[in-house]
Amino acid sequence: MIKTTSTSGVGITLENVSKSYNSSAPAAVDNFSMNINPGEFIMLVGPSGCGKTTTMKMINRIIEPTSGKIIIDGQDVLSLNPSFLRRNIGYVIQQIGLFPHMTIAENISVVPNLLGWSKDKTADRVEELLALVELDGGSFARRYPKELSGGQQQRVGVARALAADPPVMLMDEPFGATDPITREKLQLEFLRLQESMHKTIVFVTHDFDEALKLGDRIAVLSAGSQIVQFDTPANILSNPANEYVSSFIGQGAALKSLALIDVAQAKLLPASAATSSPHSVATFDNLRTALDRVVLAGGHPVAVLDEAERVVGAIGIEEISDALGADVRNLSPEKAV
Amino acid sequence: MTNLAQTQTQLLSVQTAPSQKRFFTAKRFLTPLLIVVALGGLLIFLAARGEPDKIEAFALNWPYMLARVWEHTVLAVSATLLVAIIAIPAGIILSHTHNRWVRGFVLGIANMGQATPAVGVIILFALIFGIGIPTAIAALVIYALLPVLRNTMVGISQIDASVIESARGMGMTTMQILRRVELPLAVPVILAGFRTALVFSVGVATIATFINAGGLGEVIIVGLKLSRPAVLVTGAIVVSCIALLMDWLAGLAEDHLRPKGV
Repeated sequence: MIKTTSTSGVGITLENVSKSYNSSAPAAVDNFSMNINPGEFIMLVGPSGCGKTTTMKMINRIIEPTSGKIIIDGQDVLSLNPSFLRRNIGYVIQQIGLFPHMTIAENISVVPNLLGWSKDKTADRVEELLALVELDGGSFARRYPKELSGGQQQRVGVARALAADPPVMLMDEPFGATDPITREKLQLEFLRLQESMHKTIVFVTHDFDEALKLGDRIAVLSAGSQIVQFDTPANILSNPANEYVSSFIGQGAALKSLALIDVAQAKLLPASAATSSPHSVATFDNLRTALDRVVLAGGHPVAVLDEAERVVGAIGIEEISDALGADVRNLSPEKAV
Repeated sequence: MTNLAQTQTQLLSVQTAPSQKRFFTAKRFLTPLLIVVALGGLLIFLAARGEPDKIEAFALNWPYMLARVWEHTVLAVSATLLVAIIAIPAGIILSHTHNRWVRGFVLGIANMGQATPAVGVIILFALIFGIGIPTAIAALVIYALLPVLRNTMVGISQIDASVIESARGMGMTTMQILRRVELPLAVPVILAGFRTALVFSVGVATIATFINAGGLGEVIIVGLKLSRPAVLVTGAIVVSCIALLMDWLAGLAEDHLRPKGV
């Protein structure tokens, strides 16, 4: 992986932010307040029309708030020139919106050009970003968007948003239009990028599983962008605030929780307890994978390997269940099905 | 490394080849060929008729014809350029206007300009502004306004809303969006309107002669009124060839100015 020095995130505060289009209709966003820590990956989840996208778009003033305060890094965004503000906020939308008449390199250079970067600096940055999103620079840079697949276009979309190394990223269902395999790949790649970048990210999705996979904290929203619950994925899974949140989690809360816990966090059996089956699991895998292997091994414990592929122990169904233990005690049986 | 670079250049040349090829199609040679055949045929026809009579000799000579061709071209081209200067900015403003009343009003006027018979417009203008070339050009402008105005509006409003949203989201100002995104993407549609306006103007400029503004209409009228078919046919063929040539040139410009990647 390419090493890049990047600007890490800054804090964002939304204070009683509202948006109403029509004084007689209920507000699209009603008195929304949230504190986002620097470098945090925040997911806004909710059904279509709940105001999650409107809330996000008020942060870079694509939509002007009717009332309230939005503060990024101590600065009130409503006091800034909207165009200058947006040049320092990465913006990725589901339809991508690449400029069809510009090459990939030109698309990525847009914000650096707006900011008046030198040609050399911009060219270096384009090369660096194409490598970062795993699009080999030489052949892709001079192509036009229509010559790329949907997944490749979305990678360019992410690279373009990262071009000027903004501390904040706003993403509106960026992987929503791609097929499930590409989406999974893009999600993992983006998560890996974020591990080194530590941007402050506000990410809108209606896919709760995507929210679980990516977010540091998830805000579950209902109509009018009301925050029903705002917590870490593990806490939301183990303690859904009400029926609404439970319905969002859907079936298999325990399995979803397992996906958030590493094998290394479970209490392991001695290595001798492992059956002689060919199945094994690594310490850095999650417990959902471990359960999968245990089932494949006929319900018997399987060997746990460390990074050097040495057997360090074994894990069975009871250990997996125990690791989940305290976390799921609050789940009523019908919720945990 | 060199190898890699070579493969890449090869790949790129393969990709650009189709668009280069498109520039030398049969279609591109057909129009000039037709013009040459028509004018050649006309010259042979006139030579075969033998010595022209006095009236024919007045019209069928090089200095007289070239002067009319020049007048005609100036009328049509200057009218179309004026149309572009007026209709493209107007179309840009209208495409950003959400007021349906304003859009309807301006489009309505442009529609009326085109729906009214050109002879009517030009005579009416002559009654108001007097005869002569400026009046003829003004009438032509009214007549050819609609295609450019409408195509500019369509060309801009057909752009994918997500492209404009991402341009805003990246911090482009309204003017930057117009210059770097909207206009380049609307160019093919605007040029198509411009091409239509140009061909319209060449055709309609034949009636400029009614208000003493010259052009090839004069040749046609002379042939018609004095019963000289050879003169009439010469005027008609030459004006058709100018229209074809203008259309061909505008087509070249369209292909050349169309943004790559679209």
